[in-house]
Amino acid sequence: MAASQDRSLGRSGGIVAGESTAPATFTGNRALQLEEPLIFEMGQPGRCGVDLPEPPKVKDRLNGLRRTGDVGLPGLSEPQVVQHYTRLSQKNYAIDMGVYPLGSCTMKHNPRINEKVARLPGIGDLHPLQPVSTVQGALELIDALAHWLKTLTGMPAVAMSPAAGAHGEMCGMMAIAAALDAKGERAQRRIVLAPESAHGTNPATAAALGFTVKPIPANDHGRVDLAALKAALGPDVAAIMLTNPNTCGLFESEIVEISAAVHAAGAYFYCDGANFNAIVGRVRPGDLGVDCMHINLHKTFSTPHGGGGPGAGPVVLSQALAPYAPYPWIVKDANGWTVAEDGARVDGQPLGRLKAFHGQMGMFTRALAYIMSHGADGLKQVAEDAVLSANYVMAALKDVMTPAFEGPCMHEALFDDGFLKDTGVSTLDFAKAMIDEGYHPMTMYFPLVVHGAMLIEPTESQAKEDLDRFIGALRSLAEKAKSGTAAEDFKAAPRYAPRRRLDETLAARKPVLRWRPSNSLKQAAE
Amino acid sequence: MTVKYSNEHEWIRVEGEVGTVGISPYAQEQLGDVVFVEVPQAGRTVAKGESVAVVESVKAASDIYSPVSGDVTDGNAALADAPGDINADPMGKGWIFKIKLANKADLDGLMDQAAYDAFVKSLS
Amino acid sequence: MRYLPLTESDRREMLAKIGARSVDELFRDVPQSARLGAKVAGLPDHLGELEVERAFQAYAAKNVSPSAAPFFIGAGAYRHHVPSTVDYMIQRGEFLTSYTPYQPEITQGTLQYLFEFQTQIALLTAMEVANASMYDGSTGAAEAVLMANRITRREKALISGGLHPQYRRVIETTARWEGFHAVAHKPDVDGREELISAIDKETSCVVVQNPGFFGHVRDFSKLAEACHAAGALLIVVVTEVVSLGLIKPPGEIGADIVVCEGQSIGNGLGFGGPYVGLFATREKYVRQMPGRLCGETVDADGKRGFVLTLSTREQHIRREKATSNICTNAGLCALAFTVHLTLLGEAGFRRLAELNHAKAAQLADKLAAVPGVQLLNDSFFNEFTVRLPKLAAPVVEALAGRRILAGLPASRLIADDPSVANLLLLAATEMSTDHGMDALVAGLKEVL
Repeated sequence: MAASQDRSLGRSGGIVAGESTAPATFTGNRALQLEEPLIFEMGQPGRCGVDLPEPPKVKDRLNGLRRTGDVGLPGLSEPQVVQHYTRLSQKNYAIDMGVYPLGSCTMKHNPRINEKVARLPGIGDLHPLQPVSTVQGALELIDALAHWLKTLTGMPAVAMSPAAGAHGEMCGMMAIAAALDAKGERAQRRIVLAPESAHGTNPATAAALGFTVKPIPANDHGRVDLAALKAALGPDVAAIMLTNPNTCGLFESEIVEISAAVHAAGAYFYCDGANFNAIVGRVRPGDLGVDCMHINLHKTFSTPHGGGGPGAGPVVLSQALAPYAPYPWIVKDANGWTVAEDGARVDGQPLGRLKAFHGQMGMFTRALAYIMSHGADGLKQVAEDAVLSANYVMAALKDVMTPAFEGPCMHEALFDDGFLKDTGVSTLDFAKAMIDEGYHPMTMYFPLVVHGAMLIEPTESQAKEDLDRFIGALRSLAEKAKSGTAAEDFKAAPRYAPRRRLDETLAARKPVLRWRPSNSLKQAAE
Repeated sequence: MTVKYSNEHEWIRVEGEVGTVGISPYAQEQLGDVVFVEVPQAGRTVAKGESVAVVESVKAASDIYSPVSGDVTDGNAALADAPGDINADPMGKGWIFKIKLANKADLDGLMDQAAYDAFVKSLS
Repeated sequence: MRYLPLTESDRREMLAKIGARSVDELFRDVPQSARLGAKVAGLPDHLGELEVERAFQAYAAKNVSPSAAPFFIGAGAYRHHVPSTVDYMIQRGEFLTSYTPYQPEITQGTLQYLFEFQTQIALLTAMEVANASMYDGSTGAAEAVLMANRITRREKALISGGLHPQYRRVIETTARWEGFHAVAHKPDVDGREELISAIDKETSCVVVQNPGFFGHVRDFSKLAEACHAAGALLIVVVTEVVSLGLIKPPGEIGADIVVCEGQSIGNGLGFGGPYVGLFATREKYVRQMPGRLCGETVDADGKRGFVLTLSTREQHIRREKATSNICTNAGLCALAFTVHLTLLGEAGFRRLAELNHAKAAQLADKLAAVPGVQLLNDSFFNEFTVRLPKLAAPVVEALAGRRILAGLPASRLIADDPSVANLLLLAATEMSTDHGMDALVAGLKEVL
């Protein structure tokens, strides 16, 4: 048996009922926390939230395939819809509410000017396939962002179309496969090296492209073991996939030696750019010898996470990989900007197409607005403040929690669960107790190489006094855990959130993935 | 009739030509509540060490390797509705598949109860 | 800098607590050769909000927005009216600035709307289950083929010539690098393509689109039967999801996987993205489905709640054995979809579909009366194809010069097939006006 797992849940999804918190109310509501049914439980036939004109009478051209019977959608008026989704929104934690210290996710401030400019009719209301003569400003905007990304990373080219980080990884690794193809080495180079601390997407991407993933070990300082890496390199290796700063929040100090060794072996260096926020404006990945790197615009460049998306994952490419960038290429000629679609002659051999149209324009607009607001000076300050804040958190907590590694960290502080040993409190319990204190938990149990990992990324967006309050809350919780008598209390957390711990075992054993008129779970629970 | 264990925490109980395979009490404890099991179909030929089944808990998915080579004769269909049997009775109702051994010598490389108990002890 | 709260004195105090003399010291692990002494050269410094807004207004001014011109382009992205409530709701910070709901106790808002979204998708497509969204329709289509390959353990996908050409390219790119066969049929201009005879024992799936790229509405139930008889799956792609208010849904004709581009509901044109992919299938295939899934459960007090579930399929757990490498989805676009569809409800959605069809029928009748213009479709929903007496691309350019955004010349996406060079695809929606249609007809008469 070999398990691949997320250790953030114990048995029974960690459910402990504990004692009840406060007297029940008649409605089930608790002041501003309102219980809310599903839209399917509140609709009435005859209600509608839009007023549309009577369609003109025409001859039906549906080839006899008219839909018969109801779709089954509920009818709600506009005020009901507004109230419903407003109530739902109040059950969410968000960056707009406070410290959101999720490591490796870079939950920074999302400025509203970015939303405003993305909605200008001349930008937000454009069809991707309008004649290019009517979208010159849009193409120029994409190129302006491309210029910033290339200059900030010190790389000669960028593929803009990937829709997210994982999609960018796919793009970058396909470009590497294409370069190997061109050299006639694809059949022979089948191995991709990745540290055990890598994001799950790295091995998933490499495996999807038919590569065999071989782990490379870390040394005692949480960094790639250079000797082990050199031993693993050979004529069968296609690439290394490395995050830098790495997922332990540390800069790979031997990165130049690593890239030199990788190139000497005829392989390519894929850099996972998820942690670019730590070095943006201060270090150019191009100077470290990377061949390609995706940039999560929703992390470093602040496009909103939106409850899980959409994102955007442009990939910067070295001279060696630039010719393989996928369609479309946005190019400038004597007549202005144009879009080279599939099959068009360009200066390279594009690897194909990754998605319809030209990429996540809405995200490009927001990211460019963010970048222009900061400028070269502000972006450098972003990296410095992010790193400073993480080190401050580390310094302020190191006597009560256990840092996983020595020395300065980059933009995130990694702790292990050593300080919880023999307390009966797990990393999960500790994180859930943070919820009751008004904070979103840090990233837990990632990276996998650290026992009971807690990864805190404060970002540059928090004022010092807010960091101090956050630190104070964590110190109090750590001390309470170490008192040795509070395990039951921790296991019952959270108590004050819209929901207490949820039964994930039940959800997975008998998946209920949609509402049906006969759903009985709710009744059964009541 | 003896039970043998692999160092991947599968057990096999052989009766005549056919062995019954499952995961050990230690393994189910490590996994937590099992929520889904993918069992192999009868007729499939597998090699020793080949991945033949998947056991999933809420947040872990584990490949189950066949401790011996042979032909699968049966998969435990009841686990589809009652995956928790693996937690409740890992050595009994929680069996995963039955296999007709191609080579009884495969058993020689496996641990007996005492050796496996010592092995588990060494892990904690 | 307005976004950075730390003051110089904060920074000094923090450095003192850390025990470092300068921020540079914190970057000491960066190799000397890669340390920039100053900010990155060749880039401007920060700007105030007013300057940023002006810069974007300048970009916008160089574009012709459909709001300022008669507009008839579709081809996978459709211009519909999005109620103000939708845009207000998705800008609420609790939705906009929240992360993936991995901490369900404090993200029930996101989780509940995803559960509602999944239910809506299942209802629209008449399928049993749907996931919590994909990047968009095109990437969803490629993921559907990979899923069919996993289920059937076969590696040959048949691609209809009625599939959007860029969707086809995305599938072909996936096939090239992930190692399976994608056999694409030539553009199905007249909607009479025959696919059944091409199915064989290696076929994992057949990918069709309805209405097709050229607008034809087709009955694929016989094709579904042929697929199932051969042990293959039928994947139905819908790029105009409003059509499901009027056309028999894929689930009723035997589809095994349905992929839709959901942009039409709740999401603006946005120059191509971000959009939202809808992905639905049969219950028996749910564990082979890519993407996030939200499920119902109860909390420690027995109250109903929602969680992300079946996540053992996903990359953060399965790593190299995951069903897909997807991590991010299209959460906020899914919210826009779900709010808009909730406003529409049964009556509004059906009427919106009727209205689109009627507008397109009016446009088709008007164009068919223009000398030299030939309507190719017997059937369509809100988009159809006409053959012009000359190359379509220059006609579209000439009309753009008159500030009419006339439609898509098929040659833009099918550059390698001269037989489509005179074809023009046009779409009409509830946004189309009589005035705009008449302007198009008049313009066409002038340039033809």
